[in-house]
Amino acid sequence: MSEKKIRILIGKPGLDGHDRGAKYIARALKDEGYEVIYTGLRQTPQSIANTAIQEDVDFVGLSLLSGAHNSLFPKVLDLLKKNDAEDIIVFGGGVIPEDDIPFLKEKGVQAIFTPGTPIKEVVEFIESKRDKIGK
Amino acid sequence: MENNKKSFYIKKIKNGSHRDIARAISQIENNIQENEDLIDEIYKHTGNALVIGVTGSPGSGKSTLVDKIIDQELNKDKKVAVLAIDPSSPFSGGALLGDRIRMQKHSSNPDVFIRSMASRGHLGGIAVATSDAVKILDAAGYDTIIIETIGVGQTEVEIVELADIVLLVLAPGMGDDIQAMKAGIMEIGDIFVVNKKDKDGADKVKMEIDYVLNIKYHDNPEDKNPIKKVSALNNEGIKSLVGTIYDYMKKLKKENKWEIKRKERIEKELNKIFSKKLQKLLDLHINFSENIHKWVDKIYQKEETPYSLINKKINNFIKESEVL
Amino acid sequence: MSDYKKIDKKKKEWENGKLKKFLERAPERKEEFKNSTGEVERLYTPEEEIEEKYIGQIGFPGKYPFTRGVYPTMYRGRLWTMRQYAGFGTAEESNKRYKYLLENGQTGLSVAFDLPTQIGYDSDSEMSIGEVGKVGVAIDTLKDMEILFDGIPLDKVSTSMTINAPAAVLLAMYIAVGEKQGVSKDKLRGTIQNDVLKEYIARGTYIYPPEPSMRLITDIFEYCSEEVPKWNTISISGYHIREAGSNAVQEVAFTIADGIEYVKKAIETGLDIDKFARRLSFFFNAHNDLLEEVAKFRAARRIWAKVIKEKFDAKNEKSMRMRFHTQTGGSTLTAQQPDNNIVRVAIQTLAAVMGGTQSLHTNSRDEALSLPTEDSVRVALRTQQIVAHESGVTKTIDPLAGSFYVEKLTDEIEEQVWEYINKIEELGGMTRAIEKGYVQKEIQDSAYRYQKEIENNDRIVVGVNKFQIDEKPPKDLLKVNPKLREIQIDRIDKVKEERDNEEVSNKLKKLKNAAETDENLMPYILDAVKEYATLGEISDTLRDVFGEYQESIVL
Repeated sequence: MSEKKIRILIGKPGLDGHDRGAKYIARALKDEGYEVIYTGLRQTPQSIANTAIQEDVDFVGLSLLSGAHNSLFPKVLDLLKKNDAEDIIVFGGGVIPEDDIPFLKEKGVQAIFTPGTPIKEVVEFIESKRDKIGK
Repeated sequence: MENNKKSFYIKKIKNGSHRDIARAISQIENNIQENEDLIDEIYKHTGNALVIGVTGSPGSGKSTLVDKIIDQELNKDKKVAVLAIDPSSPFSGGALLGDRIRMQKHSSNPDVFIRSMASRGHLGGIAVATSDAVKILDAAGYDTIIIETIGVGQTEVEIVELADIVLLVLAPGMGDDIQAMKAGIMEIGDIFVVNKKDKDGADKVKMEIDYVLNIKYHDNPEDKNPIKKVSALNNEGIKSLVGTIYDYMKKLKKENKWEIKRKERIEKELNKIFSKKLQKLLDLHINFSENIHKWVDKIYQKEETPYSLINKKINNFIKESEVL
Repeated sequence: MSDYKKIDKKKKEWENGKLKKFLERAPERKEEFKNSTGEVERLYTPEEEIEEKYIGQIGFPGKYPFTRGVYPTMYRGRLWTMRQYAGFGTAEESNKRYKYLLENGQTGLSVAFDLPTQIGYDSDSEMSIGEVGKVGVAIDTLKDMEILFDGIPLDKVSTSMTINAPAAVLLAMYIAVGEKQGVSKDKLRGTIQNDVLKEYIARGTYIYPPEPSMRLITDIFEYCSEEVPKWNTISISGYHIREAGSNAVQEVAFTIADGIEYVKKAIETGLDIDKFARRLSFFFNAHNDLLEEVAKFRAARRIWAKVIKEKFDAKNEKSMRMRFHTQTGGSTLTAQQPDNNIVRVAIQTLAAVMGGTQSLHTNSRDEALSLPTEDSVRVALRTQQIVAHESGVTKTIDPLAGSFYVEKLTDEIEEQVWEYINKIEELGGMTRAIEKGYVQKEIQDSAYRYQKEIENNDRIVVGVNKFQIDEKPPKDLLKVNPKLREIQIDRIDKVKEERDNEEVSNKLKKLKNAAETDENLMPYILDAVKEYATLGEISDTLRDVFGEYQESIVL
């Protein structure tokens, strides 16, 4: 088994306590063969970025349903950049209006998976980046 | 070449950011020639950290305990690193790593480095990957390195053996029968920690450990392992536990057992590297992995027998390479 | 031969005759049809002698075991309270929305607070960045509360506040606003959610660890039973447990298990069951499977009545009555083709009403996208009004009773719920079970299965995995003013300038001292609130004494 494992961090920034989706994604991605690290609730953007760096993950998935995404997602990206970790691919999910997606993408979020997205799509996205991350 | 090597250690490890160290740990898992040089290069900077193993069944409260031990070490201005190891799924090969959740409050502290590792997907095996990660963190200047693992099975036992001092964590109501405890772990535990001391049954657990240890050390009770009662959740007994760890370390050093332990570890490691390299070498020359299926068939058909087949191949190799 | 044995015989004849022939030509769509309790039979028929069963287990509305409803006349006497959960932005904006809803025929208020408020942080705290006013109204001091209820007479409306960890503080503020309006405490009507156990299980807005949280809850029980007797001091919730992914059986089981824990604690502090139990209320989900939901509500009432009577030995029938609020299931609504959600909510409304709810919140069609616009929330309210006035289901009590399927299902749900309750007792009670992660694991496993069913198309969600269309993103969603945090920060600064800071310090110190003993904290919190101490200041004072809860993760 020589294929290098893809490591993914699933994070819950801010005060939002809805973790059903994040936990499902984490478990489903594990079932797809990835190594998933889950942060738990109430993470500051700082702690998510630091965790991503220490764990040397390839992807960070941010889950948020409380409307604070426009404020918190860019903060995570910013901190990754400041710490020389821009190459970590960030995606998001939760309750995120379509209107906000262009802004988030401009800030560096590479995909937003809105409610009802099948896990297949998330996996396709991850696999499409395998070359980029050298795995 | 010299300059490059020096700069790796200085730039990426000694003065390394969390990013550098994290990448080094990922990189070194590949076990290719380059990485062997790097490990050799940082080797002289290792050996300073106290490596503590924390093991016990799921639900015994290991992660919460580690979180509180980190608190104690930080109070003494030490830098702490944690390697949290969890099993990968045997079905998908993936893993869901959640030990660090209970330590997350430390994630913004530059003096704390936490890394989660899954048991599969490491070219040399998880024990080697962990050993190398410990070396990197040691060389990077972390004073205390904690390895957290479940401790079941041969590989897990190997991981636990990487530690200078092993804490075996038990908790009441877990259905652990001390007598039924995996013998390997009981043997390896240096300090026994009864967690959740406020719950019913905690005293009973302590008594059971006492009982087993009293028998084992009947003739030399002064060597009997310490047993500590704590409540990690309520932060009780932790300071005393850490004190005991350091006392134990002093004792080991005084009795020279410290040096013996470390030397044993080096010996094991040498053995491992040696046999792996030999195997690789031989594989190269007698095409072991390519031919194994053919050979298995032959033996199954009783056309060959195991020892004569292997001896033949090795002798051929020796003749051909004119080693003799 | 008795009646039901005759029916049974005829049923077998039908199965081996007509049905068998028909199935050979036209098989059924699926191998198995399932719901929360297991397999759903093709046909339900009477299975037992009905008289004894009816008198013992089904009974009459307003009488033990309350299967058919908690009041003798139910909606013939009074319709359920139409109570739309609302709140966002500043107190002014929310006040405007409340007045809009009351004008449009809503009969009770329901306040949604933003996350910082729910977790005891002021808007100027670092933890509040990006979150102020987003999922509810931002309340930092009594000043905000006064604005929130400006022009709303507290002796004329009942108000439900969805607040848990800092419930005591918000209740104190409500009492203070009432006083300013000249309405005495004993006239105030309403509810605080105040259910911390489900926060640990499913909702995540906890502050303190379980023990001190329980203490705050029983302090409120005690204080209100004397001072605010018309107040529902807790809304023991299953809604969130269902939203977190549990099935119908687990929703009832874990809610009732939480209830048992609260009752135990209250009794431990010396309260009399026949004094406080009648003020306990519940909060359930109204999910998609209409018939299962009706059976669920009936089973829940019956089980709780038995629990209070047999386990806690209450003497007064009123103590055994389970009154509940319902909310239609948010997680069932889709971002795709949002108008479909109006239909889903209508079905869920029928479920809640035919299930006998005391009050109801209906979700708006934009549920998966944003907070509701005025238009959307009006349609949601109209849904309730149409069911109430046009559908006819309110003309008789418990209309689905006697349906062979619904009665059987009620029994099955009850049976499976008892299994869970007994298991949790074995584990040492709900708090222990949560510590051990048992409850969370059950919910997560259900959630995982449910989602996998959708991914595998075993469970159809119209518009999501079947009947999809290419759609344009929805327009005109509600947006919350992003400058909200600044506005609130200015407000807090102003209040801090104008108040007597020494008195505030004083009151907070007294609160801290009381928290370290076992005195009832409500009077101290009320004092602090009246001096315009902030929510954050009060919560932090208690954080100092109680500590913070550390999330217990089960993956």
